[in-house]
Amino acid sequence: QEVDLEERLGELDLRSDSDIPDVPPPTDSTPEILKRALSGLSARWKNWWIRGILTLAMISVFFLIIYLGSFMLMLLVLSIQVKCYHEIITIGYRVYHSYDLPWFRSLSWYFLLCVNYFFYGETVADYFATFVQRREQLQFLIRYHRFISFALYLTGFCMFVLSLVKKHYRLQFYMFAWTHVTLLITVTQSHLVIQNLFEGMIWFLVPISSVICNDIAAYIFGFFFGRTPLIKLSPKKTWEGFIGGFFSTVVFGFIFSYFLAQHQYFVCPVEYNSETNRFVTECEPSELFQMQKYSVPPLLQAVLGWETVNMYPFQMHSIALSTFASLIGPFGGFFASGFKRAFKIKDFADTIPGHGGIMDRFDCQYLMATFVHVYITSFIRGPNPSKLLKQLLILQPEQQLSVYKTLKSHLVEKGILQPSLR
Amino acid sequence: NLQESESENKLDGETASDSESKSEFGGSPPVPTSDDTPEVLNRALSNLSSRWKNWWVRGILTLAMITFFFIIIYLGPMVLMTIVMCVQIKCFHEIITIGYNVYHSYDLPWFRTLSWYFLLCVNYFFYGETVTDYFFTLVQREEPLRILSKYHRFISFALYLTGSFCMFVLSLVKKHYRLQFYMFGWTHVTLLIVVTQSHLIIHNLFEGMIWFIVPISCVICNDIMAYMFGFFFGRTPLIKLSPKKTWEGFIGGFFATVLFGLLLSYVMSGYRCFTCPVEFNNDTNSFTVDCEPSELFQLQEYNIPSVLQSVVGWKTVRMYPFQIHSIALSTFASLIGPFGGFFASGFKRAFKIKDFANTIPGHGGIMDRFDCQYLMATFVNVYIASFIRGPNPSKLIQQFLTLRPDQQLHIFNTLRAHLLDKGMLGGLEDA
Repeated sequence: QEVDLEERLGELDLRSDSDIPDVPPPTDSTPEILKRALSGLSARWKNWWIRGILTLAMISVFFLIIYLGSFMLMLLVLSIQVKCYHEIITIGYRVYHSYDLPWFRSLSWYFLLCVNYFFYGETVADYFATFVQRREQLQFLIRYHRFISFALYLTGFCMFVLSLVKKHYRLQFYMFAWTHVTLLITVTQSHLVIQNLFEGMIWFLVPISSVICNDIAAYIFGFFFGRTPLIKLSPKKTWEGFIGGFFSTVVFGFIFSYFLAQHQYFVCPVEYNSETNRFVTECEPSELFQMQKYSVPPLLQAVLGWETVNMYPFQMHSIALSTFASLIGPFGGFFASGFKRAFKIKDFADTIPGHGGIMDRFDCQYLMATFVHVYITSFIRGPNPSKLLKQLLILQPEQQLSVYKTLKSHLVEKGILQPSLR
Repeated sequence: NLQESESENKLDGETASDSESKSEFGGSPPVPTSDDTPEVLNRALSNLSSRWKNWWVRGILTLAMITFFFIIIYLGPMVLMTIVMCVQIKCFHEIITIGYNVYHSYDLPWFRTLSWYFLLCVNYFFYGETVTDYFFTLVQREEPLRILSKYHRFISFALYLTGSFCMFVLSLVKKHYRLQFYMFGWTHVTLLIVVTQSHLIIHNLFEGMIWFIVPISCVICNDIMAYMFGFFFGRTPLIKLSPKKTWEGFIGGFFATVLFGLLLSYVMSGYRCFTCPVEFNNDTNSFTVDCEPSELFQLQEYNIPSVLQSVVGWKTVRMYPFQIHSIALSTFASLIGPFGGFFASGFKRAFKIKDFANTIPGHGGIMDRFDCQYLMATFVNVYIASFIRGPNPSKLIQQFLTLRPDQQLHIFNTLRAHLLDKGMLGGLEDA
């Protein structure tokens, strides 16, 4: 039987998609209460109602978490990451019938832990610098963080090599690769989301809302005006939906940023206050979030009738974010659709009734987080001052002295520092 | 086939030609590799029996590769960097070709182009980051380079997106989705392994040629020593995956490698061209390795623990601190390096291939030579970052200059307070 399994699966890869048997569909997990309430309606409307109710439920949860603050948001992002990872790994198991390789469950979770440990140590530790300084053990962990993370990963690697079982090699390598690609996609994205969050909640809210708005607007435009199909991969998407969604999202982003930019709560970088042991978002809003007068280009003057307009510079950036969300975001959706067809699954999982799994909700968000992060580092902020300071303090004393002298001459030159009294 | 300038060699018991390995492949025959031995060698060795001929071919090729290694070291960092780059491209090509062979993907022509495109993107990203750090002043001088470097991440990301999501998604063909996703995954994992490792090697190289030469030589030495100890004393098998490896070979190789590392480091630490970081000299527009050797490379007296005193007969010994580090590097090479080899063996069995390719006669492909080196480069890089050097001061200054004035002032004042605390600012400042 073992030989058969290996042989059969070996040949499985090489055949075209139509020969592959379908993965059994997930069971219907709609809660009983909803079923009873909607038992009167026809099947089509029932589906609509379920989706609608769940959509409202998710949006409410979203607002609630925002109200509760950054820390809760961070936890939420982490939970979503873990659930997405679990969903994709489970698909891998189902595709490859890997249930009889119990090592792999443990190894996959172990790798998830390692990579998360590495990322959290690199990014979050910076924000908790003052908290960390006070505790000796944490100091040690931070100083040798990379080495410790690498050692943990290596242990996992060695365990993988030792777990290789004759006649199951190919399967095990597939699962190894599957695990790593999944880690690459889900864990790195989630950490970029958290980094964006720490830059300011607005950098978290506007991109995510733009993607959601684009989904909904494209769907609605497609529903009412849709005629020309967009791509063979997703027959329901249409060009009218795509373009209509684009313009709606830009307008939405523009208006939404206007409202958010007024509140310090959304605009300020998240900082950890070691005295109160809480996250605080209080600061002098940067230039991006201060109202400025812009002259309206003559072309639009005629249309709008204004000569100047008061806007936040951030709104210009929001146009870039919305544009990305509308144009490239859908590609993430197509990628996921292709993936689902390739492995003959209807949904990633059955977590949310009527919507599928968490991954189904987040497939368009993949690229958005990375884009926002790259955007911020390229165009908005420079390096992180506290991280820079940390590194300066690690230098050798002679190096520190020479750096100090260079900095001093630079600051004096620029007039930021008054020359010392000598 | 000798055109690639190989710089490594390895005697791998796995690829020795014997019938045992073939029977483990089961029903389907392994992908055949044609005999690439150059004609001149064939003629010279035509008299010997085939077993000895194999030995001679391997031996000659080994010597040839070692010679190339020394020549390249002599030629300097720039050539070394180019060689690392070529080896990386060839390894990538070998692994991707295996993927094609496994999945019969020849009828998906997009994939060749896409794979090479991804390789280009990722290399562009990594080289851009490295170049910006090391060639800072050069980059700041030339306007186009400055813009490319300032928006480097954004440009790399845009290039990657175009290729990966847009071209890949648009190229998805009905009935071949699974295959295409497999190749996508295969390409990315290969990039992860091959390209990141090669860039870490280059980072290590820039730290000082000794950080490049000692680790690689330790892995090679471990291979050879483990093979020899296994050949003469081998009795207890080590792991089911590689039946030829034995515990005797493993342990003998370990001690031999540590010793070798100590000796090699001793010899190399005396020369500036090996121990100094590679720097780019703006005036001469070339690489220089000239510096005041750091503490690591200055002879120091160490007290021998009393246990060893009776054995060795000396009270103190003069050593370079670097030699202590070399023990760590050799230990890693001996203990974990072989796991890289087992990983590659498992991979070859999983996909029923005998060698990665047939580039080097008698030895297989480039990947066969490098499979133990994977983890070594990462380890050395992490080791250096954790225990040896701190952050790069010029990079820090660079970052400082991009901050806002109020942030700059804050950092400056904190640094000043720190230095005053340490008493470093004695005569220079009013308190």
